[in-house]
Amino acid sequence: MRYVKAFGRFWWDFIVGDDWTVAAGVAVALALVAILAHSGFNAWWLLPLAVVLLTGLSVWRQTRPG
Amino acid sequence: MSTGTILIVAGSFLASAVEMVEALTIVLGVGVVRGWRSTLIGAGAAGLVLAVLVAALGPALGSIPISTLRLVVGALLLVFGLQWLRKAILRSSGYKALHDEDEAFRRERAEAEAAGSERRAGLDWYSFTVAFKGVLLEGLEVVFIVITFGSAQGHLTIAVVGAAVALVVVVVAGVLARGPLERVPENTIKFAVGLLLTSFGCFWGAEGAGATWPGDELSLLGLIAFLGGFSWLLVRALRRRRLALTPARASA
Repeated sequence: MRYVKAFGRFWWDFIVGDDWTVAAGVAVALALVAILAHSGFNAWWLLPLAVVLLTGLSVWRQTRPG
Repeated sequence: MSTGTILIVAGSFLASAVEMVEALTIVLGVGVVRGWRSTLIGAGAAGLVLAVLVAALGPALGSIPISTLRLVVGALLLVFGLQWLRKAILRSSGYKALHDEDEAFRRERAEAEAAGSERRAGLDWYSFTVAFKGVLLEGLEVVFIVITFGSAQGHLTIAVVGAAVALVVVVVAGVLARGPLERVPENTIKFAVGLLLTSFGCFWGAEGAGATWPGDELSLLGLIAFLGGFSWLLVRALRRRRLALTPARASA
């Protein structure tokens, strides 16, 4: 069990890293693009916008004084 | 050769080069102090494991439908690439220490000198395990990038060639320099790789989710320019914030 946990932890750190909210935000943004595409809207602009928002928020939070 | 293919070769080459430079520093630090035989066997064994991973996973991914593959690969690349990009932004703005190969080499040497000697299977076990782990861990990122880049675009061989050329260039440069490659602009390359990974992640992720990009693959160049411009503005804003806080902290 210890090895399974360590293996899972390694891949979590490898892919997701130190801010899980970015990964969650990417998942939500991709789901929105898919929902909009199935409703007939071509939302190609949504992911770059999500990247700007998620990166800005994550970096700003990490460098907050105090 | 299409825009996407050229960018895949560039991405694989740069990502591999920057990771190989870090792996080379570890191998050199151990090899110089403790001898080359066990160190090179460790590095070679890790290289073999990485090659087997690419050979096994690459063709397996080719059997997945392209839209599903692009959605999954896009999501993974986006999350993974944003890690690189955020770290690069923090380094450039002074919030995170720049990676220093010379310092890493000195640390590696000191640890190799201090470590005890234990022999297993006729090998200096410290040299073998440190070289193996170092090359494997740095190489895993290369494997991840090569497989995702290559499979989503349907050009795994081209991505592998980009990585292989980087390996040869870094090893030859290391042998010629007889030391760590501290003059390689590692932090700038990491910034470029972060931008490429994030842009490809956006491109394939949106395509896999059902969206179509205006201008098809040419929009990759627009994405790189847009995200590059945003990152530059963010670095400037963070630098200003850091400088504004420094005198306030000093006087507190």
